[in-house]
Order: sequence, then C-alpha cells, then structure tokens
Amino acid sequence: MKKTLRQIAGTALSSLPILALANYDVNIPAPHSPISDQIYGLHMEILWVCLAIFVVVFGVMFYSVFAHRKSKGAVAAHFHENTTIEIIWTLIPFLILGFMAWPATQTVLAMKDASNPDMTIKVTAYQWMWQYEYLNDGVKFYSVLSTPRDQIGSTEQHGKPTNEHYLLETDNNVVVPVGKKIRLLITANDVIHGWYVPQLGVNQYGIPGFIKDSWFKANEPGVFRGQCSQICGKEHGYMPIVVEAKSAEDYAVWVKEQKAKQAAAESHDKVSLADPVAR
Amino acid sequence: MEATHDHAHDDHGHHPTGLVRYFFTTNHKDIGSMYLWFSLIMFFVGGFMALVIRAELFQPGIQIVNPDVFNQLTTIHALVMIFGAVMPAFVGFANWQIPLMVGASDMAFARMNNWSFWLMPPAALLLVGSFLVPGGAAGSGWTLYPPLSIQGGISVDMTILAVHIMGASSIMGSINIVTTILNMRAPGMTLMRMPMFVWTWLITAYLLIAVMPVLAGAVTMLLTDRHFGTHFFNAAGGGDPTMFMHIFWFFGHPEVYIMILPAFGIISHIIPTFARKPLFGYASMVYATSSIALLSFIVWGHHMFTVGMPAAGNLFFMYATMLIAVPTGVKVFNWIATMWKGSMTFETPMLFAVAFVSLFTIGGFSGLVLAITPVDITLHNTYYVVAHFHYVLFSGAIFSIMGGAYYWLPKWTGHMYDEKLGKVHFWLTAISFNITFFPQHFLGLAGMPRRIPDYAPQFTEFNQISSVGAFLLGLSQLIFLYVIIKCIRGGVKAEAKSWEGAEGLEWTVPSPAPYHTFETPPAFH
Repeated sequence: MKKTLRQIAGTALSSLPILALANYDVNIPAPHSPISDQIYGLHMEILWVCLAIFVVVFGVMFYSVFAHRKSKGAVAAHFHENTTIEIIWTLIPFLILGFMAWPATQTVLAMKDASNPDMTIKVTAYQWMWQYEYLNDGVKFYSVLSTPRDQIGSTEQHGKPTNEHYLLETDNNVVVPVGKKIRLLITANDVIHGWYVPQLGVNQYGIPGFIKDSWFKANEPGVFRGQCSQICGKEHGYMPIVVEAKSAEDYAVWVKEQKAKQAAAESHDKVSLADPVAR
Repeated sequence: MEATHDHAHDDHGHHPTGLVRYFFTTNHKDIGSMYLWFSLIMFFVGGFMALVIRAELFQPGIQIVNPDVFNQLTTIHALVMIFGAVMPAFVGFANWQIPLMVGASDMAFARMNNWSFWLMPPAALLLVGSFLVPGGAAGSGWTLYPPLSIQGGISVDMTILAVHIMGASSIMGSINIVTTILNMRAPGMTLMRMPMFVWTWLITAYLLIAVMPVLAGAVTMLLTDRHFGTHFFNAAGGGDPTMFMHIFWFFGHPEVYIMILPAFGIISHIIPTFARKPLFGYASMVYATSSIALLSFIVWGHHMFTVGMPAAGNLFFMYATMLIAVPTGVKVFNWIATMWKGSMTFETPMLFAVAFVSLFTIGGFSGLVLAITPVDITLHNTYYVVAHFHYVLFSGAIFSIMGGAYYWLPKWTGHMYDEKLGKVHFWLTAISFNITFFPQHFLGLAGMPRRIPDYAPQFTEFNQISSVGAFLLGLSQLIFLYVIIKCIRGGVKAEAKSWEGAEGLEWTVPSPAPYHTFETPPAFH
C-alpha cells in the first residue's frame, strides 16, 4: 500500500511538466469543415437558449426559495391549479423547440448528403488500427498509434507521457486535399468502431459487414486529430485518427510518394500488408 | 422496528425471528427494507469501482489498472448502479410506501414479493463475481454491443444470466405493484386522487413489463450467437450488429424513465410537504408523466445517430426526442409553482428536492443539446454524454432516493434522523457532485471519448478536478450510511405525522409504522 502511494506521488510529480501546459478549453474546438461549422453554430444557439431559460426559470425558483420562507413569516397560499398558465407553459416550449429544430434539420440533410464527392476513401477499422484505401488514387495503408509504449506504461511500469500529441499521433496520417468533398466509406473487420474527428464534423460507426458513408471537406490546410469513439476492446483508447489537409499540389506529391513506397514494399514483403495483425 | 414486531407477534401465531425472518418474510416493510439495504450496498460497490476509474483517470498514462480491467470496471460499474442500486432502491420505496399510501395491508402477491427480492443477491453475486473468472468481467460497456460482447469469456455469460434474473425480478415486482395499485386502494381513492408517487410507480411498472422482456430477448440472442451457432448479430451469417442496438435501446430508453419517473414521484411529495402547500397542477403532472412514458418508446434511435441511419430516421428520432422536453418542462414548472408563495423550510429532504429540480434540469438541457442530431454527432460517446447521464441519474434519481430516504426515515424507524449531519451530507454531496461532473461537459466538448483508460494531455486538468470531486463525493456517502444507522438505533421520537406539512395515509399510522398496517381499509377523504 505504502509503495503504491509512493508510486502515485512519484508519477504525480513527474507529470508536472504536463501541468505547465494547462488547458481549460470549455467549448467545441474550432470547426474546420462546413458541417462542423454548422454544428458549432447550432450548439452555441441551443446553449444560449438553454442558459436563458435556466436563468429565467431558476431566477423565479431561487427568488421563491429566498422570499417564501417560513422563517421570514411567509404564509402558504392555497392555489394548486391554473389552467391558463399551464397551457401557456406547455405551448411556449413547442415554439422554442420549433426554433431549434429548423436549422438542425437543414444540417441533418446536409450531413447525410454524401453524393457527388471529389474523392472517396474507404476506411476499415481493426482491433486496433485503421486501414485507409484511396479508391480514386490507389493509395492504401494502415494507420497505427505512434506514441511509444513506454510513454503509456502499465500498472507495473508507469508511463511518462512526454510527446506533445501523446495518444493522438499515428505512423501514417490520412492526407487529403483541402476544399475537396471527401466521401468516407466506413466499415470494420471485427467489432464496431467509431471514426471520430470532431473538427471535421464526422463521427461514424464502422460496423462489420456493412458499409456506411459520411463526408467532410477541410476548409483550410491543417492537422485534425480524433480517435475511435466506440468501445472496441482493451486498446480502444489507442487507435487515433490524424487527418492532414494539404493543398492540391502537396497532396499530389504525397500520393506519388505513397505509391512509390507501396511499390517498394510490395516487391519487398507482401506479408506485411496481407496480415494486419502481424505487428 | 423491533418493538412493533413483538406487538404484531401477538396477533399472528408463529413469526420467525433473526435471519430466518428475512429469508421467509412476506411483509412489505421487511422486503422494502431489504431492497433498500441491498441498494445501498450495491451503491457502495459500484461507487468503489467508480473511484478506481477516477483514480486511473487522474493523469495521462497507465498507473492503477490496465486497459482491459478499466473496461471491465466501467461495464460493471454501470450495470451495478443501474440494476443493483437505482432500480432496487425505487422498488424498496415502492414496497414500503405504496401499501402505506393507498391504504392496503400488504402487496398483492406477498410470497412473490419475497421471491422478487431474493433473486437479486444471486444476480449481484454473478455480476460482481465475474471479476474473478478467467479473463475477468465483461468489458464491452454495459450496452453489451456485439460483436465485442461475443468475443468476451464466460463472464459475459454470467452477465447475461444476471440480467435475466434481475429482469425476472423486475417483472414480478412490477406485476405486484400494478395489481396492488389497481385493486387494493382504500375506498374513495380514485385513480385521479392517488398520491403522485403511486401514479409514477404505476406508469413505471407498465414500462418495466413492456421492456424487460425485450432486454431478455436481446441478451438471449446474444447468448445463442455466442454458443449455439446462431447469427442474429453476425453479418457473415445474414445477421446485423445494428439490430442489437435497435433492440437494446428499445429497452434502454424506457429504462431511463424507469429510473427517473419514481424520482419525480418522490420529489412531488417532498416539495409540497416543505412548502406547506398542495402540489401544483396534479392532473397535468399525471398527464405529463404518462406522455413522457409514451414518448420513451419512440426515441430510442437518438442513442444511434452515429450508426448511419437514413436522414428520415435521424430526423424522426430528433423531433421525438425534443418533444420530451415539453412534458418534462411542465413538471419542472409545476414544482416551482408549488414552491411559489409557499411557507418553505429547508430540512434535508427539501434541500435534496431543490437540488434535484435545478441539477436534473441541467441534465435535461444537456439532453436537449444531445437530441439535436448534428450536435450529437460531435458529442456522441464523449464525456459530455457521461456528464449528461450522471446529471440525470445521480443528481436526478439518486438525489431523489436520498431525499426520499430522509423524508420517510422517521416513518420507517420511528426516530428523527440527525438533521445537522443530514445537511452536512447534502452540502458535501451537492458540491462534490458538481466538482466531479460539471467539468466532464468541457472534456466532452473538447472531444474526449468515454471509456478510455488514458487520454491526451490537453484533457488533464479537468480530469484531475473531476477525480478530486469524485473522491470527495464517494467519502461523503459514508456520512449518509452513518446517519441511517444512527437513526435506526435511536434519536428523537418521531410523531405519526413526522413533518408539519405532510399529507397522505402513511402519516396517519404511528411511527415507526407497525408491522401490520391497514388490516381494515382506512377511510380516505
């Protein structure tokens, strides 16, 4: 017990450099796609409506809590019904909900419309990595967490997370051209996983035996990080997604590199691609 | 309790004592107490698991438990809290209070009542004991989604069996409650004059009877997929993993209301009592509760917006879910109107009730945010969802259970509880609850998925705040246990009508309630 306590204290102290990077973000990270833009806007709208209702309703309640106290000599009234007011406070919420539902409906229709994409990437989830197949460009690779295992640690050997993008970094990033509509065809090989990149407004289960589609368009170049959103076994926390949006030219260069790499790997060692669990 | 038990002894021939009394009892008060104790024990068991989870999440990296054990803890924590703590607590309240409130001598099927309770401990042993089998407990999350749950070891079978047993217990309990309420009310107590707690339980019991068999069906299909070569949920054999989600959530969403409607009932008694003013809008409360129950059957798809349903499906489930805000709003407005121009005092039950109304509403608002399909896409399976359902389940269901326990303890034990300690318990619980769960909204908005043992460094600060809050919250519950034990063992003698503003048949019998009450139906005006 004492040893464990010391260990905990030790790791707590050793994690101090992380504390220096204190992060108290309280909102959805900056959106970078048309859909996540709309999601951000919808969330803010609803949040303000809810806050306004909260302030009004609980303003009334806390006024009552402070004013209508027995200790202040309040004498209880006897009313227990008022049909008019009950109808009013049933109808008003309907109006507020209609006001919320209208823009939300527009976004649902937009996000479900994966037609006419500029390119298509097939995503296959495995326990515990992702495979990406660029159906238009013939690029195909696996993407695995690149954070070293000794940083993660275990109960025997506690980890020391030092990488800046600890747990949100992969060996092969998903590179996409900026401003193009990318359709994703998402599936899984073993259990259900979730392809989740909040800044691009995508969170879609990959379901073994079925292909589901989704889409995104990166507004500007950048690196967008996410991870598996559906529990998929013991390494669920260790299958990140990193999307790199590049200009059309840089993307073309990347495709060329990938193809060269693929050709080299194929002549070299066919087994490594054919057997995803060989790592 | 002992004194009255001896008294009752005189009229009723043989009457076992000690442990045997509890094994064979058919008395609704004994069974109610056993349910409540069982629930409290499971609350501490589930709470212990939560603390291990929060300890692991205190900082990035793995320290306390390895990822597989972490998954097992989140799974069993949820199942223990839902099926072991919250549901049995409400059944305990139902057993104690429904006969007392409707003026019945006992539950309709007294022997079956005994059996419903005694099914629970073996089920709990199966659940908690599954940690000890090779491979450890089920680690697929409490939703047991296949194919992940198909991969699990024997512990998944133990979990399925436990769910079956607890489901059978719930169905029996519900039949008992419905029959008691519909047939054994005191003369003059029409349906629209029943106490609100009785109304909410009547509706809850129907929900249980409707959906527990659905859950049983889902887990049975899981079992046959695991062992008998069926392919209900296996695409390679013509099945569909998504079908499990549909069936599971057809149970799962009404289940949410099963855990909150009786809470609404309890709060609807506490607020009028301490505001010394009748419940505002009784009829609209009944209609609102019924509407919530009916709507609960057509909103399950909002747990599945990321499955990839067609746009029409997403829109239907979004609209239906948003509609639930209307009757829920009516209930909140009615509670506030009950307080308005009352003559309020703030004993512990009232403190819990006021906290319930405000904190449950925060959970309602985050529920509305999550109902909006596009917003749910970015928040699904993140800590925002964890924060949301702890606001409705902890500051909702569990706050009402604690408030209800303080409210009726004088009737159950014959003693007033320690008011000062009760208030300390309330304030520590309310404050540490918010320290624990409010920051989790921020984590979810920032994109931290739930059910991960380890996280990226930018999530560290709020996780640390949450973990500190969780330990404070967990330790505060020891005060609750102490207050209950102290109240059972002694204290200021409680009057028959323990609270100045209390209304209802249960306050017409002495405190503690005698072993047998209302052997002849009381007059109800």
